[in-house]
Amino acid sequence: MPPSRPRVALFVTCLVDLFRPTVGFAAIRLLEAAGCQVEVPRAQTCCGQPAYNSGDRESARELALGILESFAGYDYVVAPSGSCAGMLKVHLPTLFEQDPNLRPRAEALADRVYELVSFLTDVMELKTVPGRFQGTVTYHDSCSGLRELKIKAQPRALLAQIPGLTLQELAEPELCCGFGGTFCVKYPEISTRMVADKVKDIRETGASLVLAGDLGCLLNIAGRLKREASPVTARHVAEVLAGMDGQVPPIGESRDG
Amino acid sequence: MLVTSPAFKENASHALADAALQKALARARTHFQRRRADAAAGLPEFEDLRARAREIKDHTLAHLDFYLERYAENVERAGGFVHWCRTAEDARAAILEICERAGARTVTKGKSMLTEEIGLNEHLERHGITPVETDLGEYILQLRDEPPSHIIAPAYHLNLDDWEKSFREHHTGLPPERAFHERRDILTEARKVLRERFLAADVGITGANFLIAETGSSVIVTNEGNGDLTQTLPHVHIALASIEKVVPTLEDAFCLLRLLARSATGQDFSVYTTFSTGPRRPGDLDGPEEYHVVLLDNGRSAMLGGEFQPMLRCIRCAACMNHCPVYGAVGGHAYGWVYPGPMGAVLTPSLVGVDQAGHLPNASTFCGRCEAVCPMQIPLPQMMRHWREREFERHLTPATVRTGLGLWAYVARRPTLYRWATRAAAATLGWLGRKRGRFASLPFAGGWTGGRDLPAPEGETFFARYAKTQRQGKA
Amino acid sequence: MSRDIILAGIRRHLRRGPLPPDQAAMLSARLAEHPRHIIPKRVQLSRPELVSLFVRNLEKEFGSVARLAELAAVPQAVAEYLAAQNLPNELVIAPHPDLRQIPWASHPLLKLREGRAEPSDLVSLSSAFAGIAETGTLMFPSAPERPTTLNLLVEAAIVLLRTSRLVGPYEDAWDLLRAEGTRYNSSGFMPRNVMLITGPSRSADIEQTLELGAHGPRRLHVLLLEDDPTAKG
Repeated sequence: MPPSRPRVALFVTCLVDLFRPTVGFAAIRLLEAAGCQVEVPRAQTCCGQPAYNSGDRESARELALGILESFAGYDYVVAPSGSCAGMLKVHLPTLFEQDPNLRPRAEALADRVYELVSFLTDVMELKTVPGRFQGTVTYHDSCSGLRELKIKAQPRALLAQIPGLTLQELAEPELCCGFGGTFCVKYPEISTRMVADKVKDIRETGASLVLAGDLGCLLNIAGRLKREASPVTARHVAEVLAGMDGQVPPIGESRDG
Repeated sequence: MLVTSPAFKENASHALADAALQKALARARTHFQRRRADAAAGLPEFEDLRARAREIKDHTLAHLDFYLERYAENVERAGGFVHWCRTAEDARAAILEICERAGARTVTKGKSMLTEEIGLNEHLERHGITPVETDLGEYILQLRDEPPSHIIAPAYHLNLDDWEKSFREHHTGLPPERAFHERRDILTEARKVLRERFLAADVGITGANFLIAETGSSVIVTNEGNGDLTQTLPHVHIALASIEKVVPTLEDAFCLLRLLARSATGQDFSVYTTFSTGPRRPGDLDGPEEYHVVLLDNGRSAMLGGEFQPMLRCIRCAACMNHCPVYGAVGGHAYGWVYPGPMGAVLTPSLVGVDQAGHLPNASTFCGRCEAVCPMQIPLPQMMRHWREREFERHLTPATVRTGLGLWAYVARRPTLYRWATRAAAATLGWLGRKRGRFASLPFAGGWTGGRDLPAPEGETFFARYAKTQRQGKA
Repeated sequence: MSRDIILAGIRRHLRRGPLPPDQAAMLSARLAEHPRHIIPKRVQLSRPELVSLFVRNLEKEFGSVARLAELAAVPQAVAEYLAAQNLPNELVIAPHPDLRQIPWASHPLLKLREGRAEPSDLVSLSSAFAGIAETGTLMFPSAPERPTTLNLLVEAAIVLLRTSRLVGPYEDAWDLLRAEGTRYNSSGFMPRNVMLITGPSRSADIEQTLELGAHGPRRLHVLLLEDDPTAKG
């Protein structure tokens, strides 16, 4: 059972900070709706995946030290990203495997880290959401969320609470979109082919909007949709759940549309 | 076999532009994924078997010296010979010597990736011995002089018209009206031609899916029956196996066998699972008179005790490549050596060196699907990451990537500087992209914008806006 | 010697020397006991249900089955099968005592030859050592009375299997062989070759589309002799 009004630190994620601040505010709104007391530690930057996945353990470890520092003392640490939450929950402790002092701290942090949507359903047992939506959407499961954190049912359960929203599943919801962090710029041709396949699947659902829980995938998918001049738009699932989709145009769209 | 892994990017580029290959890849991918999912769902114990299989292999690897010795003793007790070989060269020499002593002119071969690894066919040919591949997929590749593109379905990359064309070209002396439009025709023709080869061969060479320490048996798993004809009809049977194939007992083997076909082809069990233990016994009416096992290390023992040891659990089912979106996009040849896909991305750097195969562990999104379907629960993404760490340590990571990472890490470790830098970047990009909401091209972002637009940031960072709301809240 | 170098390399990488005697003894005991692992629940069935499972699995893998009440029914069943499949009335028969008891006199038109299979043989009749219901699999340990070529060289393989020799999981079949197999072999229970066969030969190498009869038999037909009263449904 969670404390009645848990203190939750929001791990904003670097992509949300830079590209899509609205997702961070949507996360705060949802966490508060679920009864959490939300704080945003100032000293955070990035979870360290670019270094960790490029083989630069030392840089990843140095960043992780800062995270251990800034995110100590909260009941929970929540990120609006399966990928960053997976990094903190699954991978960060491995950076301190040889360190008897820091390893317990890293593991203690990992125990308290959650991805936003699964935290809302699994820990806070949130049943109703503020969002309102009319129309058909589809959902892309980000690989880290799906396979590292087993997030599949949770976003669907919350979306089902929105009257008027119909979810049309992808033919291959578990297929990677080709983002893969630095992969998308190291192997752009392969990445483009993968996102083109994903976008084909999205377009074939007939949905007007694709949702996902990770901004990396979303920038990739939205970028490809726009390149194909598709009318399908893309948003982070938290924007819709929080009812903040009216405040900002879809990803890759301008205010004038 | 020539290693073209350093040209992975170029190989991939060609593969992506090859329409016929893309057609073959799309067909095969959905086939194998659906079959594996159905087979796994059909056995409620599947997940428990995976965990147990992993324990069995871990136990075996931790005592590999013991089990190999017991295995070899039992082979010899059954009248077989064991040839311990450290390198590919040793194995080629051992096989050649057996063939020459048998006076062999032709040898038939069952499908064996290990013979590809050691370049056996070329070696035999150089010494005047004709190797004949008998697995249907391997057979057509031998006609086409191509390496396999997949470890269980060697001709994964071919379409029916490729088969028709190759059979027409090579099976001359047939009536011109002879049709190869149908799969049935091709199969019938191959069966006829290869049957003669089976009967004429002096030596049969197979791989081994497992070696059983308890009994001294080598095990092969096939659907065609070609492996059985290869090891039954000639006077001499040679089984080539790498040292990590050993398992202690028949019961251990069956835990793995319950997973193998389901993970590979989606069958509950392969058509032929055959245990060979020594040569023909007194009174037997058939079977080889000599039985040899060529037991090859070729870099495996050096993987023990280190971070790549779990790779030695691999049973070569190919589920990882069947579910890999990168393999699905570029096919097996792009990987540039014997083992493609995720298992190849881990194994190839171990066997040919990470300086040659450095691309392979990098060409992954870490989507994790390979690990999710691996019957032996091999943490493939984690091991690819280990290779990236080795590359980084050895300065094999491209200089631009290193410099970029260094700069980024410097800033990311300093939140105040980072706030300032992100605020400037978001503001600039947001302002530049305010009209369209996205960029069709950007300097230094060609990798991204080659195939997709870059969505523009909202313009203000989260932290800038959050600070504003906090101030307003307090006011 | 390569053997010693390889073994030494393994030990070096495992960061230990040769196993101490107590550990080696534990591993030897594991080999001697050969403990079973997870046996699928699908085979925990009554004998009649096991027979049905075997038939279902064999047919799923494109084998066919005829149930016979007595050995004397074999010639008629063989003749009917050959006629139905448009195969010649000629077969090579394994020199197995079970098959020698078959009263062929009732079918003088069947041409029989005992021995191993030759390339010209189109049909074989052999006797399975055991049937494994788990996957509809037949077990053939090689022996003078069970030549391997009969399973491989022919177009159609006909196999006699007694329901009394039907087991659930693979492990039960190996236990039968462990108990009975030593009569073939002074050095252990394993004969030269044990084939586990599940359906006729096939290939899906051409565009992942299944075609039967790649190199081995195109057809596999089991004559299921219901000699086990407890297995009758």
